[in-house]
Amino acid sequence: MRTKTYFVAILGFVLCSFAFAQEAPSPDKPPGKEPETQSSSGAPLSAKAIIERSQRAFYYAADDMKASIKMELVDKDGGTRTRVMTMLRLDESEGGNQKYFIYFHEPGDVRRMVFMVWKYPEKEDDRWLFIPAVDLIRRIAADDKRSSFVGSDFTYEDVSGRDVSADSHTLLREEKTAGHDCFVVQSTSKTAAEYTKRVSWIEKKTFLPIREEYFDAQEQLFRVFTADRIESITVGEGGNKTGWPTVTKRTMKNIKTGHRTEVVLNSVTYNLELKDDDFSERRMRRPPSSWIR
Amino acid sequence: MRSKDIHPAAILFVLLLILPGVAFGQNNRNVDINGFLMGNFSGRTTGQRPNGDESSDFLLAEERLRLDANAWSESIEASARVKADFVHDAITNEFDIDIREAYIDYTTGDFDFRLGRQIATWGVGDLLFINDVFPKNWVAFLSGMPLEYLKIGMDGFRTRYSSNIVNAELFVIPFFEPDNLPTPDRFFLFDAFAQVPARDEEKPAATYGNTELALRLYRKISDIDVSIYAYRGFWRTPSMRPDNFVSPTLVTAFYPALSVYGMSAQESALGGVLSFEAGYYDSRDDEDGDDPEIPNSQARFLVGYQRQLWQDASLGVQYYAEIMEDYSAYRNSSPAGFPVQKEYQDVVTFRIDKLLEHQTWKLSMMCFYSPADNDYLLQPQVSYKFSDNLAATLGANVFGGQRDWTSFGQFEKDDNVYLSVRYDF
Repeated sequence: MRTKTYFVAILGFVLCSFAFAQEAPSPDKPPGKEPETQSSSGAPLSAKAIIERSQRAFYYAADDMKASIKMELVDKDGGTRTRVMTMLRLDESEGGNQKYFIYFHEPGDVRRMVFMVWKYPEKEDDRWLFIPAVDLIRRIAADDKRSSFVGSDFTYEDVSGRDVSADSHTLLREEKTAGHDCFVVQSTSKTAAEYTKRVSWIEKKTFLPIREEYFDAQEQLFRVFTADRIESITVGEGGNKTGWPTVTKRTMKNIKTGHRTEVVLNSVTYNLELKDDDFSERRMRRPPSSWIR
Repeated sequence: MRSKDIHPAAILFVLLLILPGVAFGQNNRNVDINGFLMGNFSGRTTGQRPNGDESSDFLLAEERLRLDANAWSESIEASARVKADFVHDAITNEFDIDIREAYIDYTTGDFDFRLGRQIATWGVGDLLFINDVFPKNWVAFLSGMPLEYLKIGMDGFRTRYSSNIVNAELFVIPFFEPDNLPTPDRFFLFDAFAQVPARDEEKPAATYGNTELALRLYRKISDIDVSIYAYRGFWRTPSMRPDNFVSPTLVTAFYPALSVYGMSAQESALGGVLSFEAGYYDSRDDEDGDDPEIPNSQARFLVGYQRQLWQDASLGVQYYAEIMEDYSAYRNSSPAGFPVQKEYQDVVTFRIDKLLEHQTWKLSMMCFYSPADNDYLLQPQVSYKFSDNLAATLGANVFGGQRDWTSFGQFEKDDNVYLSVRYDF
């Protein structure tokens, strides 16, 4: 019976630590955030500052977001596979920690699965997957930023953003592409990445990426991102209305294999006032019907 | 819930009832119905057949229609779900309805309630279970059915409470559901009483006093997911009681009382995910460990590590052990001629998974090896998704060991290759 005594002691200890453990308070968000536009002082922006702003415009728009996402994976022969999901995002701080919640509607073999990420720019993310068939939540390894997201041409890093300081950035030129005035910035990876060099066309007005070209170790172009549709999503009412420019259609094409992935965001909503608690085990197991229906 | 002798007409009747619902459901905003048709076939590769009524080269041959119907309320957080499989067993030519889950959910404030037949999974092990005290279908696992069939639903009531201080989950299960274990009809396996044909089974009666309780408290402590567990119920693997040990004429399977206390922790560390789980199995009907029919109390623990190797490839390793209490009492009371377990039993697992071609191909290999028993199970598997609807899985279960009574060694003649094809709708 000695083992039993040890166990009771250990359990008691764990139970006590439950009571004493405190959640770190989340940093206050600046109220009434507005989309950033071109540097108002007129001073030229550094390449790194452009990329930082671009990340904020693309990954951190507003304080939180909900969108229906349709992802089409098209192979070189035109064969198509479709993923339908609902994504929610909450920014804890601008350019800092974020939480993502992705609920899968289609295809059938992943229906009701939920993928949750707590993203930290400074360290490895926390990731969990809810497997509804056996009612199980399991943590999954997060060291695979280069791995494909659900079989698409987008990597995990493409979905939630790459640490700006992981690349060194150079402003190559300013030019017009697809009707947008853009900065052209080259980013060379300092740490392990799926690419060695990335060239981004970033719109001067909205700081959204219009086009990105990814080059492999042989300096060959292998992936191209294009923003195919930009919409202004309105937040607030009356005099407080703000429009958030949002890429609602985007494509990532693999030049070498001919495979491409087209993503369409529907019914994008910002500032729903999502809470920290919404990105929890409870919500993974039982998402509120207003999120998923 | 599994009833063996269902008339085909009964199934047809149920289908006729449901199909208009399917058509209706697609047009109704508050109901959706989907499912799949699946074929599961598993053939023995050792060239041997067990004797008996179901003597066949096949461990498994079945077609399964899954219907999964959901209805939900717009005004409150309430929903209902039925997930049922209509099964045709090709070996016995029998029909069966397998109610996987059937429950009603209701959420209010910090509480989530679920009433009905439901599946639950606890713990952090990969196919190794300590605090997951819920019923399992080992036949499905050993013959290559998709992994979700390892779990069996149980009829009960679940309450979940969520807060920033602690989260809690309590299951109240009045109806005992044992594990589904291989039988000599379809498997070569070790049976200490193989020469005794007369068998009986005593399941815990569905009385208030026998109601199983399972509690989990959990929260995140700094970056670690921590859970503690407590269970009061029964062993789900039966113990065998012969009418006498010397020349038995009747063997009764029964389920002794069991309590389990345990904890688990999981965190992102060392570039991967680190897991730890431990539990104390209190065999309440054999506190002194001197009853040869009932398992002794034991301590169990496991450590696991999982990480990404390279793009779309992952690796998992685990070490699991069981330490028997009152081992000398067990040794002294073991009847002569019966296999003797070791005081310290352990298992090492190794898993490697690789996804290819935009995740349409999945290659995986899971290996179990027990240093204590010197036996193993290898599970290679290849899956291919032809489209979003159609997928096929080909795999094998390869068993081996020095002795014919150990966990994996007893199935040495049951090596099998399986094929599973699934069409989703």
